[in-house]
Amino acid sequence: MSDMIDPQVHEKELEFEPGNEPAARKRMSKWTLYSRRFLRNKPAVVGIFIFLLLVAFAIVGPMMTEYDHIDMDFLNLSTGPSAEHWFGTNASGNDNFAQVSIGLQRSLMIAVTVSVGVTALSAVIGTAAAYFGGWTERTILLIIHFLMVVPSFLILAMISNDSGGDWRVIAFLMIFVVGWFFPARVIWTMALSLREREYVHAARYMGVRGFRIVLRHLLPNIGSLLVINFTLGIVSAVMTETGLSFLGFGVKIPDVSLGALIGSGANTITSAPWLFYFPAAALTLLTVSMALVADGLRDALDPTSAAGGRA
Amino acid sequence: MSPVLSVKDLKVSFPSEAGRGDAVRGVTFDLEAGKTLGIVGESGSGKSVTSLAIMGLLDENARITGSIIYDGMELLGKSDKQLSAIRGNGMSMIFQDPLTSLTPVFTIGDQLVEALTVHRKMDKQESWNRSIELLEAVGIPNPERRMKAFPHEFSGGMRQRVVIAIAMANNPKLIIADEPTTALDVTIQAQVLDVAQKAQDETGAAMIMITHDMGVVARTADDVLVMYAGKPVEMAPAHELFHKTRMPYSIGLLGAIPRVDKKEKQPLIPIQGNPPLLIGLPDECPFADRCPIAIPECRASEPALLPVDTGTGGNHLAACIRKHEISDGGRIGNGTVYPIPEQLESELTLTPREERPVVLEVRNLTKTFPLLKGAFLKRKVGEVRAVKGVSFDVREGETMAIVGESGSGKTTTLLQIMDFEKQADGDIIIAGTSVNDIKSGKQERLLRRDIQIVFQDPMGALDPRMTVADIIAEPLQAIGTNRGDANRRVDELMDLVGLDPAHSDRFPQAFSGGQRQRIGIARALSTSPKLIALDEPVSALDVSIQAGVINLLDELKAKLGVSYLFVAHDLSVVRHIADRVAVMYKGDFVEHGDVDDVFDNPQHPYTKSLLSAIPVPDPDIERGRERIIFDPDNI
Repeated sequence: MSDMIDPQVHEKELEFEPGNEPAARKRMSKWTLYSRRFLRNKPAVVGIFIFLLLVAFAIVGPMMTEYDHIDMDFLNLSTGPSAEHWFGTNASGNDNFAQVSIGLQRSLMIAVTVSVGVTALSAVIGTAAAYFGGWTERTILLIIHFLMVVPSFLILAMISNDSGGDWRVIAFLMIFVVGWFFPARVIWTMALSLREREYVHAARYMGVRGFRIVLRHLLPNIGSLLVINFTLGIVSAVMTETGLSFLGFGVKIPDVSLGALIGSGANTITSAPWLFYFPAAALTLLTVSMALVADGLRDALDPTSAAGGRA
Repeated sequence: MSPVLSVKDLKVSFPSEAGRGDAVRGVTFDLEAGKTLGIVGESGSGKSVTSLAIMGLLDENARITGSIIYDGMELLGKSDKQLSAIRGNGMSMIFQDPLTSLTPVFTIGDQLVEALTVHRKMDKQESWNRSIELLEAVGIPNPERRMKAFPHEFSGGMRQRVVIAIAMANNPKLIIADEPTTALDVTIQAQVLDVAQKAQDETGAAMIMITHDMGVVARTADDVLVMYAGKPVEMAPAHELFHKTRMPYSIGLLGAIPRVDKKEKQPLIPIQGNPPLLIGLPDECPFADRCPIAIPECRASEPALLPVDTGTGGNHLAACIRKHEISDGGRIGNGTVYPIPEQLESELTLTPREERPVVLEVRNLTKTFPLLKGAFLKRKVGEVRAVKGVSFDVREGETMAIVGESGSGKTTTLLQIMDFEKQADGDIIIAGTSVNDIKSGKQERLLRRDIQIVFQDPMGALDPRMTVADIIAEPLQAIGTNRGDANRRVDELMDLVGLDPAHSDRFPQAFSGGQRQRIGIARALSTSPKLIALDEPVSALDVSIQAGVINLLDELKAKLGVSYLFVAHDLSVVRHIADRVAVMYKGDFVEHGDVDDVFDNPQHPYTKSLLSAIPVPDPDIERGRERIIFDPDNI
């Protein structure tokens, strides 16, 4: 633990004489404090940087080449990286660079949407169930337990196939059918012990509304878990989508995703390794950057981390 | 006579991330058979580490130097196996928490028999009979039957008796008691101390009594060792230490304790500041930062523990370079070592009680818990009456205290009031509004302004994820105060409770226990409530810190005219702080009235026994006192 503050030792004489405006001193808000602590963490900043680069690549990439991801160059079938095709081409003559950038775009959209959605939904539902108790809790748990026995991956595969592989349908299903209930149940058990904490009672006795207590006191105190859930959620969303695409139920040709690219690239790893390595590198960078950011976030938000209670 | 235990220059240090932490920095004492040494100090002073070092129970990464000679044998350097032959045999220990120091899956009898047979060859029948004898000795009724009972079938006090029985099983030469009564109620504490005394008399063992309670020391110890920052700062026979104190820290400790037998309401004398961190201590008096009579020479080097002549010829040691200037009663020169804080008089105390407005009125408050049976459809088979219709009122600017032991229903009463629980046959009226009239959430929130609460545990009551400013401003936000006003109020409140407003953007972790409790008080004050409910607000704090918080509460009452509803088990604190007191026993008030009336002239036998059980920090008074045992069947 860092050294204590002595209440009797005032660092400077404070302003309570009349005429001296008490509000003149600016108090750091929680958010400036968090961002300051986050930015001091070098790996986390690197993570943010990588993530922004990937986003830029996914947006700007398709405009940089003369080939679209569905254009086929019949003069270059399965050729390696060259000046014309930076990441090489596949057996149909599609430009790998365009495909990776578009695939990354799709995967990013699915993964980030799903992960944010799942984390937010499970956190609110799980903590609300724990805090409110009674029939709210019983109903939510009933739904969770029901969803646990439903073969959700099958439902996901069937409906996404029907929708023709639209990524929005897939993301929606991954949040509401596959994703939220397991984390929600874990969060519920953790929040059960938080519910009995004195600061939660204190807030209730202050007249703070129930839902506000959930958002202000319960959620932040399981913050570390949420951050980890979020990072792992990104990875698992890409994995689920990859699995779907691999089985032929995910994103459909001519649309591409990182999962579909890695799936087909893995088949040609000896004859055309570039088809595997480029999308795999993009996926690795995405997960690594997320892990670094999550680590930084956790340390910045966590009051017991090395920074102590200080700024 | 050669001493049973002789400790020379014992030093213990632990590795930590910030460097080596010196938990014990040179303890020396001799202990003779049949004598009791009391080791007192606040948390972190190294008293428990000292006892664990003697028992050889410290973690392997601890570095221990010096010498511990027990019964002619050097203990340091012995292997765990060699020590096991001594532990529980010649040397035994009574731990603080009786709830966890017995194995829950074995019967009491099994555990006693194990303690006996592990060290000596005894057949089953013999050890069983001896166990029954031991249980009888520590005052457990029906020992034959109780041998087959499991620990959870015993109350806390009974379990501690069993632990004492195990400790005396092998006629030890040394018993180490580490805060043996801290987890127990006062009446039970008195009984357990008596049993421990009996165990010592029967076995003729030497005893080390480790405690933070000066009253317990006054009652049990022959010699007292006061520890501070890992080092003994004063050592003397009990009488000497309490009456001819020479080290400013010991004087401060004694001055900081409220007394149950003293009527006058002088402010307590807190010791300023916090104990130092035990990592890389500079070579200076560790108490210099907190000492009111520190002089530059105090920082030259750390003073050694040297004899001081008090005129009685007793063996009195103190570690202070000004010890010869200090005279009895904590005086130095023409003044006192500690400046006596000024007492604030409020105008309200001048108004007679009957003319002041009623802030809280409770009529016939009842709480029952249903007893349910059945796995699926729960049937009500009966009920437990936790609170049996209590009535009282709290007037403006006064402190009403509810005292009682654990399970008496005092906290339930408090929570009923805080929950605004609608009463079928009674009423709770807060500042003129009856909770039975509350129809909407808005009305309820409006009423919350007038009543706020401070909790016992300063760690648990503050959200670790919020800055102090947000914590204090939370009640203000709940009633819709705008941000700017709330911020100004936070600075004002922090100043009021003695914290530096510049620290308001830190998290609660950066503050010590006493400071956190001040933050809790600031939060409760933020809406300018008429009544603050205090649920054991100082029981988790060290005495020197506790005094500061008690003084703060007194001061706030005088300054702001706020009323307190104070729930506590510590009668000394209640006597000091309260104007009116109600003694609660099994869900009912057995006595209720003016604090001095109740304490000086108790009517009910339960109150009498409670008052007689509280140790007084004065060995002369404490040893002459008679305990009144309350027997509920005899009223």
